[in-house]
Amino acid sequence: MDIWGAISQLFTDYTLRNVALGALALGAVSGIVSVYAVLRRQSLMGDVMSHAALPGIVIAFLITGARAPLPLFIGALVAGLIGLGLMHVITTQTRVKVDSAQGVVLAAFFGFGLALLSWALRQNNAQHAGINHFLFGQAAATVEGDVILIASVGAAALAVVTLFWKEFKLVSFDPGYARTQGMRVGLMDALMTALLIVVVTVGLQTVGVVLMSAMVVAPGAAARQWTNRFGPMMLLASAFGALAGLIGALISSSKAGLPTGPVIVLAASVIVLLSLLFAPERGLVWDRLRRRRMDKRFHEDAALEALAVMASHHGSAGHAHSLAAVEAYAGPGARRALRALEGRGLAQRSGSGRWALTAEGEAAARPLIERGRVMEVDGVPLDVRAQGVQA
Amino acid sequence: MNQAQIEIQLVAAIVAAACALPGCFLVLRRMALISDAISHTVLLGIVLAFMVVGDLHSPLLLIGAAAVGVLTVFLIEALLRTGRVKEDAAIALVFPALFSIGIILISQNFRGVHLDTDVVLLGELAFAPFSRVEVLGASLPRGVAVMGAVLLVNTILLLVFYKELKVATFDRALAASLGFAPALLTYGLTASVSVTAVGAFEYVGSVLVVALMIAPPAAAYLLTNRLSWMLGLSVLIAVASALIGYWVARAFNLNLAGTMATIAGLCFMVALVFAPERGLLSRASLRRRRRARFAVEMLVMHLSRHENTEHEETENTAAHLTDDLMWTPAFAQATVRHASGQGLLVEADGVLRLTGPGRELAVQVEAR
Repeated sequence: MDIWGAISQLFTDYTLRNVALGALALGAVSGIVSVYAVLRRQSLMGDVMSHAALPGIVIAFLITGARAPLPLFIGALVAGLIGLGLMHVITTQTRVKVDSAQGVVLAAFFGFGLALLSWALRQNNAQHAGINHFLFGQAAATVEGDVILIASVGAAALAVVTLFWKEFKLVSFDPGYARTQGMRVGLMDALMTALLIVVVTVGLQTVGVVLMSAMVVAPGAAARQWTNRFGPMMLLASAFGALAGLIGALISSSKAGLPTGPVIVLAASVIVLLSLLFAPERGLVWDRLRRRRMDKRFHEDAALEALAVMASHHGSAGHAHSLAAVEAYAGPGARRALRALEGRGLAQRSGSGRWALTAEGEAAARPLIERGRVMEVDGVPLDVRAQGVQA
Repeated sequence: MNQAQIEIQLVAAIVAAACALPGCFLVLRRMALISDAISHTVLLGIVLAFMVVGDLHSPLLLIGAAAVGVLTVFLIEALLRTGRVKEDAAIALVFPALFSIGIILISQNFRGVHLDTDVVLLGELAFAPFSRVEVLGASLPRGVAVMGAVLLVNTILLLVFYKELKVATFDRALAASLGFAPALLTYGLTASVSVTAVGAFEYVGSVLVVALMIAPPAAAYLLTNRLSWMLGLSVLIAVASALIGYWVARAFNLNLAGTMATIAGLCFMVALVFAPERGLLSRASLRRRRRARFAVEMLVMHLSRHENTEHEETENTAAHLTDDLMWTPAFAQATVRHASGQGLLVEADGVLRLTGPGRELAVQVEAR
């Protein structure tokens, strides 16, 4: 089945529709929280929290004995917040740096969760179905209830974000200033992180623990390339996340055995890559082109100036010089620059392969020479090269 | 203990020591989460190398994994150099992408081959004694041979480049000016982390690799200021975590790697709370002592200011301190008790009077 087949099936196949809708909704929600993660330089928090949530999930599972979503969320949230508090204590009270604190919490909590899980699975042999999916994700098993769950969590997240729009924005960009305005920065911090934990927990069963960490970063990182404004960035990130989810779900359904989570993450990674390369203004490709254009212009101006200055030493504007002379003056890019000038009708080649200015070239060189004169300090021209040629 | 148990513990201890050594430098250089990234991306290296050689036990897998580990760090730094994303985002973008490619390759090419996400995360330490190799005529578990070699290489590299690593870790600029090529050392460290991670993950999984690389060095970092001590303590804590973890896991029939990671985390917590000088407890008691000393100095100053004035009778009483210095009655009493205990003042008819040493202290404090 190809991708178009998958798209047409989207409207007929119940399972695929659920998977695609679930991935799309999850992507959109992840996109929202990813903006805060990227701006607050807490991109790795998604990774830490998706791991740290595990013991809470397992304990909730042990207590309730079932895979009911709400207790698992609460468990994940509590475990995540404990991890967060621990990291706070470690980084503010001791000299251990934030990366180590994150690493310890991530690995120790997750390890504890795994140990508990191995115990839980033996205790509740009959009912353990589904708990494994929290680790590795199983998007293909998305049912309508999951879609509704993701959508309602998304709506709740949206409500929180709207409610605290101004506060979250200020704390993300300038926590110090936010504090001087009497804002409860610590509380807002915890709230944003709680939001992240909730989204991560919902996502775990779709794309799995490792890959969920990418989903709460990639959309925001991609959106950041396209705009400098907070609101549009949020919208874009959400759209990118949804797009990655949809594309990932479609591609993975088009080929047997293709796991959905990794494909979604790759789709998100491709969106980031394209954004890095081609986003207007910040795009690396435009950057490179701009630099090349400036380089070219610089070399052409240098060659033009060289021809004009050398000609003036000979007292005749049309005096021709060898390529070597121009290179000595304008640097090794001179050959290509002279050809470009010839193309622009500013320079011409005489019969013996020597170069001279045309009348237009002479006119074009005049402002450059003027500019050179301006660059004098105490009557001494800054252009030392011209002095050298004269001598 | 039967032979299998001893061998499992031996593998675990060697893995722990091999992880802790490069881990120290990751912690000191604030690259701790690089271990998380690498321990995941080595999967891609293993898959790619396996596609070439078709043997899960070929040493080429180590090389492939190390190459991808170095590639991971290279990509992260390349992304950073563009100036378009910050460091945390760069890490979080690169490793899930590479990990995803690895998982997709596995799902498409070798269903049935024993390589899946469970193994990546958890490892199978309990099976370590079953896979054996002949080394110098003796039959050793493969884990002992492979990780023993990794530990040996890590130790040799550490000894040979100790000075360079130390300078590059604590003073990058000085290292560069001395011609130590800090970038080369970074990549060397990365390669070492990769080889260690890939060698270890078959037994303990990526989670425990991260736990053993970060928690013991972070704990040691709280216990000492000397690099050599930190290295030694890290190895000690890591090995202890592995062995204690083994016995706890056995007692409660738990997952081995998960339990060891938990114990490593607990060891860190113990250091966090109880470390002399830098632990939470000693910091709290230091703060309390400082607060008490400052309060005594305040009290002495207050008394000396009002001494021999007409207000002495009203100002220099224990009760008045609560108004004047805004102290709670309990804190005022405690401070007075401290000060009189130190012989700085005496209480007579409800009025606090400075002693000779008390006046001396007041002069000293005033001079500050």
